[in-house]
Amino acid sequence: METLKVRIWRGDAAGGAFSAYEVPARENQTVLDVVSEIQREQEPALAYRFACRVGMCGSCAMEVNGRARWTCRTHVKRVAKPGEALTLRPLPHLPVIRDLATDMAPFFDKWARAKGSFQPKDAPDGAVPEDFAVVPPGSKPRREADAGIECIGCGVCYASCDVVGWNPDYLGPAALNRAWTLVNDVRDGARRARLDAVSGDAGCHSCHSTQSCTERCPKGLDPSSAIAGLKRSLFWDALLGRRG
Amino acid sequence: MRGQLHLWIAQRVTAAFLALAVAVHLVTIIIAVRGGLSAAEILARTRGSEAWLLFYAGFALAAGLHAAIGLRAIAAEWLGWRGRGLDIAWLGIGLLTALFGIRAAWGLYHG
Ligand code: SF4
Ligand code: SF4
Ligand code: FES
Repeated sequence: METLKVRIWRGDAAGGAFSAYEVPARENQTVLDVVSEIQREQEPALAYRFACRVGMCGSCAMEVNGRARWTCRTHVKRVAKPGEALTLRPLPHLPVIRDLATDMAPFFDKWARAKGSFQPKDAPDGAVPEDFAVVPPGSKPRREADAGIECIGCGVCYASCDVVGWNPDYLGPAALNRAWTLVNDVRDGARRARLDAVSGDAGCHSCHSTQSCTERCPKGLDPSSAIAGLKRSLFWDALLGRRG
Repeated sequence: MRGQLHLWIAQRVTAAFLALAVAVHLVTIIIAVRGGLSAAEILARTRGSEAWLLFYAGFALAAGLHAAIGLRAIAAEWLGWRGRGLDIAWLGIGLLTALFGIRAAWGLYHG
């Protein structure tokens, strides 16, 4: 049986190096299958993360041959030509815990900083509103919100964004995409505070619209356009005096 | 953050104005050089003309600010130069560059 050569970065926050492995090359195998096989058969101490294995939980992202990807839905065939090796590293721009497992805390802290949680307009104290909100599916805000809502929080866009690498304070594409879905949620009452939170050098105004995030998002979302939407809203709000 | 938003807005507005101003500037040059160009001809057109003074002063101001804000972003990203003190320095550099241009425009108006 043919073999697949795999190089895996092993180490922790203090540093590390690549280790080489070989597994049988199969007709159908995902990158996550390969990592699991190595961990089960050859390297029990290998640290990595996954949960659903079907592209829903967002926990399995790694750098695969130089690009951040979700590994459970990435077939080896798609990223390595026959005979080519796989090179796996932890996601860039995040602290390494060990081996392929990164600390996602800074990534999700930024969602909180971008005010990424829903603030009901009708029930600010958290009470359940009297009635259902009617949000026509065809309305523009609804379509804008729908476009970004399927984010699984995998961090692929964040790891692919140069600005995150240059400015550790930058909120990043996923948190800003989340903020934009809420700005378009007509039931939400925190528009102003949220736009303030995503404004400036650490927010949407540092984005270069280079669209690596959009290009790499495994869910086909478009954080780059969401960020453009935030810039547009802030521009007109400021020009029309809707903010102080 | 508000200041940063305003810098960004200034960057966009000056970019829009510069796009227009550069076009006017180039078209004027092309029209002006037909049949040769002399300093006297330029001065004949600009001397005493408030419209040209205003146009070129605005042009210089937009160019100075636009360049300084752009350099500020590059310095922040590539060199890690950030902070309020530096922001004020960039604003100063922008206005100083603009002043050189405005002085030239004044020279054409007055000279
Ligand atoms: S479009 Fe903006 S957020 Fe997306 S990768 Fe480029 S700089 Fe980062
Ligand atoms: S926007 Fe896409 S790439 Fe970014 S975290 Fe969400 S699903 Fe992952
Ligand atoms: S394991 Fe859940 S998205 Fe890959």
